[in-house]
Amino acid sequence: MLSAESLAKIDRELAKYPADQFRSAAMSALRIALTERRETGATPEERCLNADVIEFVANYIGIPPVAAYEVATFYNMYDMKPVGKYKITVCTNLPCALQGGVNAAQYISGKLGIALGETSADGKYTLLEGECMGACGDAPVLLLNNHKMCSFMTPEAIDKKLAELE
Amino acid sequence: MLEIEIDGKKLTVNQGSTIIDAAHTAGTYIPHFCYHKKLSIAANCRMCLVEVEKAPKPLPACATPVTDGMKVHTASPLAKKAQQGVMEFLLINHPLDCPICDQGGECQLQDLAVGYGNSGSRYQEEKRVVVGKDMGPLVSAEEMSRCIHCTRCVRFTDEIGGFQEIGMANRSEFSEIMPYLGKTVNSEISGNVIDLCPVGALTSKPFRYSTRAWELSRRKSVSPHDGLGANLIVQVKQNEVMRVLPLENEAINECWLADRDRFSYEGLNSAERLHKPMIKFDGKWHETDWQTALEYVVKGLNGVSADHGKDAIGFLTSPHSTTEELYLAQKLARSFGVNNIDAALRRSDSRVSAAQQGALWLGSSITELAAAKSLLVVGSSQRQEQPLLASRIRQSVKKGTQLNVIHVADDELFTTLNAKLIVSPAALVNGLAQVLKAAVSIKGVESTLDLSAANVGEQAQAIAASLCATDNAAIILGNVAQHHPAFSELLSLAQELSRITGARFGITAEAANSVGADVAGANPARGPMGAAVTAGLSAAAMLAAPRKAYFLLNAEAEADTYNGQQAVAAMKQAATVIALTAYKGAGLLDYADVLLPVAPFSETAGSFVNMEGKLQSFNGVVRPQGEARPAWKVLRVLGNMLSLDGFEQNSAEDVRAELLAKGDIAAKLNNALASTAANVAAPAAAGLVRVGEVPLYHADPICRRAPSLQQTEAAATPVVRVSPADAARLGLNDGDAVVVEQGSASVSLQVRADKALAEGVVRVAAAHPATQALAGMFEPIQIKRG
Repeated sequence: MLSAESLAKIDRELAKYPADQFRSAAMSALRIALTERRETGATPEERCLNADVIEFVANYIGIPPVAAYEVATFYNMYDMKPVGKYKITVCTNLPCALQGGVNAAQYISGKLGIALGETSADGKYTLLEGECMGACGDAPVLLLNNHKMCSFMTPEAIDKKLAELE
Repeated sequence: MLEIEIDGKKLTVNQGSTIIDAAHTAGTYIPHFCYHKKLSIAANCRMCLVEVEKAPKPLPACATPVTDGMKVHTASPLAKKAQQGVMEFLLINHPLDCPICDQGGECQLQDLAVGYGNSGSRYQEEKRVVVGKDMGPLVSAEEMSRCIHCTRCVRFTDEIGGFQEIGMANRSEFSEIMPYLGKTVNSEISGNVIDLCPVGALTSKPFRYSTRAWELSRRKSVSPHDGLGANLIVQVKQNEVMRVLPLENEAINECWLADRDRFSYEGLNSAERLHKPMIKFDGKWHETDWQTALEYVVKGLNGVSADHGKDAIGFLTSPHSTTEELYLAQKLARSFGVNNIDAALRRSDSRVSAAQQGALWLGSSITELAAAKSLLVVGSSQRQEQPLLASRIRQSVKKGTQLNVIHVADDELFTTLNAKLIVSPAALVNGLAQVLKAAVSIKGVESTLDLSAANVGEQAQAIAASLCATDNAAIILGNVAQHHPAFSELLSLAQELSRITGARFGITAEAANSVGADVAGANPARGPMGAAVTAGLSAAAMLAAPRKAYFLLNAEAEADTYNGQQAVAAMKQAATVIALTAYKGAGLLDYADVLLPVAPFSETAGSFVNMEGKLQSFNGVVRPQGEARPAWKVLRVLGNMLSLDGFEQNSAEDVRAELLAKGDIAAKLNNALASTAANVAAPAAAGLVRVGEVPLYHADPICRRAPSLQQTEAAATPVVRVSPADAARLGLNDGDAVVVEQGSASVSLQVRADKALAEGVVRVAAAHPATQALAGMFEPIQIKRG
């Protein structure tokens, strides 16, 4: 279900916790599983977590599947729904909004032809509204594929960023 | 000890206890939902908020440890305001559909809303809706909108059940209680979440919408299934058992019930119940009256004894019968001159009863067993044999008990094992001998047994070291050991190991009254309270060398014996098979020729002696169905009709008093065998050997007829399990159809590779209708592609 490389990464995470607290590795293990799926998945359905993957990860680290599912559904960066190749999360909280965050979101929306919360028909982009990412000084900010933070997202910067993604 | 004050009442409590514990010991009730004395503290319902002097805000009583001089007010204006506020919040999303809710009338939320809430709510908006979940055939989770997210069910499956099967997914107002996607709840003690749920979210599927809580009367009883003897509250309406709940008994079942104890009641109202005596002639069954049927029985017994002698008659009595029934059955048999009587129907080792010096029992009380520092469980599929004992042992392991296992399969016990020795049934004796040999060398003493054939392995060494390291150790033998053809060797070795290590040893009694059967004298070599008697044949011997007449008490030969195939053949060749039974089962209709309807435990007074030797008496909770009569009455009348002395008892209490006058039960409990010879060599591998355990819900006639239990995964058609090595050698893949053969029978089943098994083992459950045709539970077996 997961590559040997990902399993090695999970092993490394497991080693970080004391023997009686190994279940803490669930968060990292799910993140590693999701990253692999995002990078290798061909369709939006293959880029998110699903019951099989969560059960596999849970069994691999030795916790009940439902315990891993609790973690996966509690945190919203574990994608449980089909997601495009590029997941763009734009912050629309107050500091970003004051600096044009909402405009940035609308600009991307217009450019990609999808509304907030939607995935493009070709499965390439998913546009989401996000909460504060803790970088208000760089507002407006967006998060690309959960891991890459992009700062000062003026329309020009957005054009450049989207061109990179083509 | 700390001095505290609750509502002006001064009390001293232990350091570390919480306010809610202290209040409850002082008799002050603090409302709560998520708190449960047997579960970890979650403090998420906030209903138990109380005012503590010098604290700036109300504190949750369940999660606040007491401190010296603490002054608590549970009903001050501040505490009341907090409780009312919490209740208003809890009711925001609660549907308030009490009139159509199954929990109505016994709902904690309903009660506390009346007691601690306001009469109205300020919430005007829409309530949230949560879709129902499928938790399997026992627990209904159809109305999850009612859930208040106390997480008791989640904590129960995790902490008591051993495996978290229920979780709380999502967060904040999207939180939902659910089993894992696409899975149901399969724990053998899952029904307890119904009791734990303080609202109507989790309800009993078989009981739903059948009646209202206030229409039921509550009667005490004792579970007739496993050897624990769980205490029951049987709830009755219009002479019908509607459901069963636990009666709290800290020494036995705590506040829990296994699903078998809880849901078997459905079998009491089964359509298969026998309502009138029946006689078979010309190959057809005819209903008749009691007089005719009893005369037929008397004529049958007299006829066989005249033609073939008394030794041609065999009494097979189920260990699920009451002590009174078993006592009268053995009295009837022995007064009539028949010595062949046995209640250990699934025991294949006939030597044990001859060597017994007392009733086989647990060797200590259940609480003492749980307190042992080191525990060795030999030949027990713990979770299906004694679900609540297995759970209790799990709790002990959490408190530091070292659990060691010698078994024929590496079953999932959901706990940490100190050491485990997984062997084929043929090597079970050798496994225990290894431990004994290791213990002998650790203690530096001599053993009276010849242990030269045992080569101590690493795991055996670890087990012996664990047993020797403490003076509070225990060894228990489970059903697999008790049914094993070498039970007497296993018992002898356990006895010797006990002598050397100082550990207590005993057996986990298979049935509710296995110990009681020995005490009452339903044993081929021992009379009531161990009185000397002329030895007769054991159950295994009676079936191996067929008798001309069989007298069955609550027993079904095809499912309740070690070798169903042999048992049915023996029944079929007999001149007469007399069955005292609550059910007209297909097997009995086939081979019996007279059926006498007797009352199950719910319809008769009686008593069971549980595995710790405790006699628990109970009364009938409903009237017998149809013309069924308590079996003790039937046996008494048969005694009169056979003109035997000593059948003048007027009540079950009379019968019990007669037995108890012969001695003290506690003094008759003894696991030591008179002779302790044991050949410990592991026999050379000779083909495949079967591991045939009785599935969880096929153990006795009542649970076999409980429809909801029969829909569970545990009752599904057995699959044949073999080790991965054997599967590869035989070229079998998971799901392949195979034919297993034993004796004259071959059965088609699916196969599955199971790494829990040793090589050379074929695990096929016994007693299930699909496998009843097979022969001995631990005998050679053939397997081939189907």
